[in-house]
Amino acid sequence: MLNAKMDKVYDLIIIGAGPAGLAASVYASRYKLEHLIFGAEAGGQMNEIYDIENWPGDTRISGHDLIARFVSHVENYGVKIKKESVGSVRKNDEGLFVVETSRETYLSRTLILSMGAKARKMNIPGEKEFTGCGVSYCATCDAGFFRDKIVAVVGGGNSAAVVALELVDFAAKVYLVSVEEKLTAEPAWLEKIAASPKIEVIKDTHVLEIKGEGKVEKIVLDKVHEDRTYLSVDGVFIEVGTEPGVELAQKIGVVIDAQNYIYVKEDMSTNVPGCFAAGDITTGSNKFRQVLTAAAEGSIAANGAYKQVKLNQPLTKTI
Amino acid sequence: MEIVFTDQNFDQEVMKSDKPTLVDFWAPWCGPCQMMGPIVAELAGELGEKAKIGKLNVDENPVTAQTFTVMSIPTIMIFKGGKMVQKLVGVQSKEALREALEKI
Repeated sequence: MLNAKMDKVYDLIIIGAGPAGLAASVYASRYKLEHLIFGAEAGGQMNEIYDIENWPGDTRISGHDLIARFVSHVENYGVKIKKESVGSVRKNDEGLFVVETSRETYLSRTLILSMGAKARKMNIPGEKEFTGCGVSYCATCDAGFFRDKIVAVVGGGNSAAVVALELVDFAAKVYLVSVEEKLTAEPAWLEKIAASPKIEVIKDTHVLEIKGEGKVEKIVLDKVHEDRTYLSVDGVFIEVGTEPGVELAQKIGVVIDAQNYIYVKEDMSTNVPGCFAAGDITTGSNKFRQVLTAAAEGSIAANGAYKQVKLNQPLTKTI
Repeated sequence: MEIVFTDQNFDQEVMKSDKPTLVDFWAPWCGPCQMMGPIVAELAGELGEKAKIGKLNVDENPVTAQTFTVMSIPTIMIFKGGKMVQKLVGVQSKEALREALEKI
């Protein structure tokens, strides 16, 4: 597809507007890189975080509020997040990246892939059927529907812990069901969970099936709990980790690991020259997948793009 | 133009509507709903008279939300001839909504 926009070559195109992409944009603006940032959902997973207590500088802030500050910072430099969804990415004969969206085609010298990750599904019977009828992946959105009800949170990491604590404000009882023998959430969250009379932790247990008539009524366990192999619940919040969205990356030949995360070097570069990746989509930061590490990776990737674009070009005027 | 649906006007505006009607069930506390809102508003502007498009605040209009067992937001429902014909849970792209409206 050829059109007027094809004549223009950007220094950098960032795909994904979560903390990694937005931090990359802030740095790119300060490096004076002419860039675009695409993101149908600014903030991505952050919009669903009820409570963040480890973002330095903010004792406590919601994901939605923190991302609003990221967006405002990006826009302060005159950059507007483009909501077009990116359909494909390739490299042309001149070594430029060709990014096709639902509306236009754009050219760029460098690329940052920061599409993040999405909630992982359990792929158990009843999960899909009851999504929206008791099965939820977003407690911030749906906790209010479970006032005085009984709910289960499936998972044992930080996200599951935060969701269980969020639900305490609404539900009558919260089961936290984890396959692990020991919850992997931060001790600071575990202390709060232990102190909550409403939360009952069930460890070393798998949820096999979600059952109900029209809406969730019970979850089937692989172990006996109080003489039964099921829990009667009105809702199930699934927090079993995330899956990276790498379909686009694969189109330009970026190498991924066995779990579909993009391999990055220390400078956030991938195996494709000029293509960087940042945030939850990468193997970087020991796969820690925090807002903080995503933002850090975004800044490093922007630095990589800057070095590639500006430092490889002769200066037009002497400073 | 985007319409604000309520428990009071739902029957008249949606169930008795003579054209396909898209309802965005949302609430102010829901982060992803804040993303969905502008997409729905934009679609309403683009489709003009072809379809009726609007939003319903589940917090202020619990009766309708309960009638249609809305337990997750954002949820998009498309109604035609007094019946709910399509239900989409979670944030949807404008293209997906347009496609869903064209299919019914």
